[in-house]
Parts: sequence; structure tokens; C-alpha cells
Amino acid sequence: MSETDGLNRRGFLARGLAAASTMLLGGCDGLSDQPWVRRILDSAETLTRVTQRALISPQALAREYSQAEISRDFKANGSTDPDDAAYRAHAANGFADWKLAVGGLVDQPLELSLTELRALPSRTQITRHDCVEGWSCIGKWKGVPLAGLLEKAKLKPDARYIVFYCADDLGGTGTEDGKYYESIALVDAFHPQTMLAYEMNDQTLPIPHGAPLRLRVERQLGYKMAKYVMRIEAVDEIAGIRGGRGGFWEDLGYEWYAGI
Amino acid sequence: MEQREVIYRHSGTVRATHWVNALVLLVLLMSGLQIFNAHPALYLGAKSTFDDPIMAMGAVQDGDRFKGVTTLFGHAFNTTGVFGLSGDENSGYEDRGVSWSLTLPGHRDLAMGRRWHFFFAWLFLFNGLAYLLWSLGSGHLRRDLAPTATELKHIGASIAEHARLKFPKGEAAKRYNVLQKLTYLFVALILLPLMLLTGLAMSPGMDAGFPVLLDIFGGRQSARTIHFISASFIVLFVVVHLVMVLISGVWNNLRSMITGRYAIEAGEEKP
Repeated sequence: MSETDGLNRRGFLARGLAAASTMLLGGCDGLSDQPWVRRILDSAETLTRVTQRALISPQALAREYSQAEISRDFKANGSTDPDDAAYRAHAANGFADWKLAVGGLVDQPLELSLTELRALPSRTQITRHDCVEGWSCIGKWKGVPLAGLLEKAKLKPDARYIVFYCADDLGGTGTEDGKYYESIALVDAFHPQTMLAYEMNDQTLPIPHGAPLRLRVERQLGYKMAKYVMRIEAVDEIAGIRGGRGGFWEDLGYEWYAGI
Repeated sequence: MEQREVIYRHSGTVRATHWVNALVLLVLLMSGLQIFNAHPALYLGAKSTFDDPIMAMGAVQDGDRFKGVTTLFGHAFNTTGVFGLSGDENSGYEDRGVSWSLTLPGHRDLAMGRRWHFFFAWLFLFNGLAYLLWSLGSGHLRRDLAPTATELKHIGASIAEHARLKFPKGEAAKRYNVLQKLTYLFVALILLPLMLLTGLAMSPGMDAGFPVLLDIFGGRQSARTIHFISASFIVLFVVVHLVMVLISGVWNNLRSMITGRYAIEAGEEKP
């Protein structure tokens, strides 16, 4: 074999590999749009959820950090200043006349003012907030454990999910259905660190971070932790709600369990 | 005429897991870059110190134009067209970490990138476990990959031969040489498991169940940085691996990884 033959072969091989990889990757892009491909890829999310539910104790706590580790520049993502008229009126009034509604599959629907929520037993925790984008911030949260609130409302036995309806129209559709919402399973709803926070870093929860109430689900990614929570509903199925995938980002293609 | 002996070099398990791994790592790399592009900056410790990343890519305004800038430990480099800003005057410039031509999908789609990444992460786990369990059980690890004391003693000579691109012939070519053994062991037992563990350390759920993940890597953002560095080492390994495959007899190498059969050229015995 002469030297030039070798070079040609190498050149041929390199071109072949380049062509194959282009085809493969173009193929993957096209494949992403196929419903059956998405179903196969989504099976991994189910596997992740089932595996992690089995591996991680329902009571296992997310790490709590020290006062010194609190981020000085906690990033506010998504909506930072809802322009909903009713919300703005409440915000201008310091949420004095605002009430959180708890309903759905409960025996005792509730309407609680911020003063009433603050009078309930509270929990304070310094935890890490992990955004789906990859960054993390550490903040101190004080709020009402969701478990206590749900016990007060007396969940019916067929309740399986808790849905959070928010004030912010992140999709910008100008309709009620375009507003942010989220849902979590009862195992997360009753987790000791899951709370509706009304204070952040020893201050009243600021508007960019979800005033008057934001959800904290410390073993989850940031998009699960709805801000500007107005209403909570206990349901048996999430399929019938809005896009049917259990949340604002979920309806846009993100995963409900948000597993890693 | 040269004497050629054909040996059976790679078992079916090695060949199958090799090619599955090659495909899986390619998809993981490209979908991983899609995820990285959602926040193209790296930090050390538990949290992101946004004003002081150890590495960041982005676009900055320079007069009436934009340029791509990559900062590394506080030093800024102009990486227009490669990192931070890609594109051209016709198709338009876009602010991003790495070029979309390297990501999966090939445009901004974090949700889809995560789908590809985590599906192939499971394949990576199953394929890797199959390889490691088989390697332990069959003796592949001990017989073919563990270097002997003699080989380690003569590692200097092996490095010198590699540097001159001289490859073993005859008996010596029937085995992996000591550099191959050490490299494959490092990749299979250190780098690839490190990818899995640092990946899991980025899961807030896994961190609650197994807080040791945070302790061994020094926090979630450190784990993310190590994930990135470890991936870069794997890319480096693959580049060197492909170069070695090309220059040490490409068809013979490819055939041996497809059919298992490898031709040995007769030659002087190596010590």
C-alpha cells in the first residue's frame, strides 16, 4: 500500500464519518419532532421517577445551609412583576385584603389571609434552589408547611395531587388559562420541607420572588416551585387541567417529575 | 511478503458495549451541550456566584457590534464565532455558549435536550454495568486490562515508542500495551463513573436521599463543573483514540471491533 493510498483512504474515511454524523444528527433533530420518539424518550422520565421514589425516603430532607452561605444575588427567574390587574391592586395594598383559597377534593375549603397564614405554625429553612438551567442559589425561607394546611382542609381520600394556581401570566396570553400553574404529588406535598413561603432572607417575600406566597419543594427543580400562588386545589387527576401535563412549563414540553 | 496472523481480539461483549457506548456518549455530549447552553457558566461550591464564575461564555457589546467572550478565572478571551457568539452576517449572530451545530436538538430546546440526555443516561448506565460486570466475571479486567509490574516498570520505553508513533508487532501486538491499559482503565473506571456520579449530584432529589453526593464533589455547582471537565477529558480521549485508530491500521482496527478478528504483522519481539 502506497502512502498516497493511505491518505486517500483516511480522507475517505474522514469524509464518511463526517457525512454519517451529519445524517445521524440531522436525523436526531427530525426524530425529536416524532411523537413516538418522544414517547420512548419519556419512558426514561418514568424510569427515573419510579427509581428515585423507591431509592429516596419520603422523609429524606434536602440539605440545609448556614446563614453565611446565603446567596447575595439570588436570581429571580420567570415572572418578576405580574401585570395582572387584581394582583397589582393587592400588591399596592400590601396584600392586606388578599386571601389564599384552598379547595378541590377537601372536606373543609379554606380562605386564609396573610395574617392568618402567619399565625399558623411556621418553619424556617436555608436551602439551595436549583434552576433547570443549571444554576443554584441559597436562600432562607419562612412559611407555612403545606402538610399543616392540607390537614386543616381535610383532604378527601381520592386526592392525589395538589395544584397551585398563580397570578402571573408568564405565557402572555392575557387569559386565565395562560397563567402559571404547577402540581405536585402528595408525597412531595406532605414532605416536611414543603411550604408556602411568605418570607425570604428574613424579609417579607419580595415581588420578584413570588409575593405574597411561593411554593418551596426542596427536592425539586425551580420551575416546580410556583410563585404568586393564589389558589390551591386538591385533585385526583392532572390530565384534565389546562394542557394536561400538570404545569405551565410541563405544557410547553418540560417534564412533570423534573428528574435528574 | 509479510507474515500475517489473524487473532480473535475483541469478544462480542466488548464489541457490542463499545459501539453502544460510542453512540450513547455522542448523544450525551451533544444533548449535554444543549443543557449547558441554558446557563453557559461554571462555578465552584454549592451555589452560583454569578459575578464570579470560574468560566463563562457570553456576548458583550463592543461599540456597535457584539463579540463572543469566554472568561476563565477572570481572564477574558475573544471567542467570537466559537463560544459566546456564533453565526455570521447573513444568518445573524446569536448569543449562546457553544454553537448550536454541536447541540441536540440543533436549536435552543432545553426540554428536548433533557429528554435525550436522561434517556441516553439510562442506556449509558445499563451498557456500562453490562460491560463492567462482564469484565469482572470473565477476567477481561484482570487478563487484558490490568498492567503487570514489568509493564509498569518499562512505561518510559512505551511512552517513547508512542511518541515516535511506533506500534508493537508480533507477540506484543496481541495484547494492549501499558499505555492503552492505563488509559482504558482510567476512562472505564474513573471518567465514565465520574460522569454518572456528578450527574446524579446535580439532582436535588438524589442530593436529599444521598447527601454524600454533595460532600464528595464539594457542592452541586462543583459537581456540575467536574461533570463538564470530565466530559472534556472524554472528548480528548476520543480524539486521541480516533487518531491512534487511524494511524495504527484503520481497517484492521475497525474490523477487529466489528468482527473481533485482528491481523498481527510478524515482527521483532518487544521486551
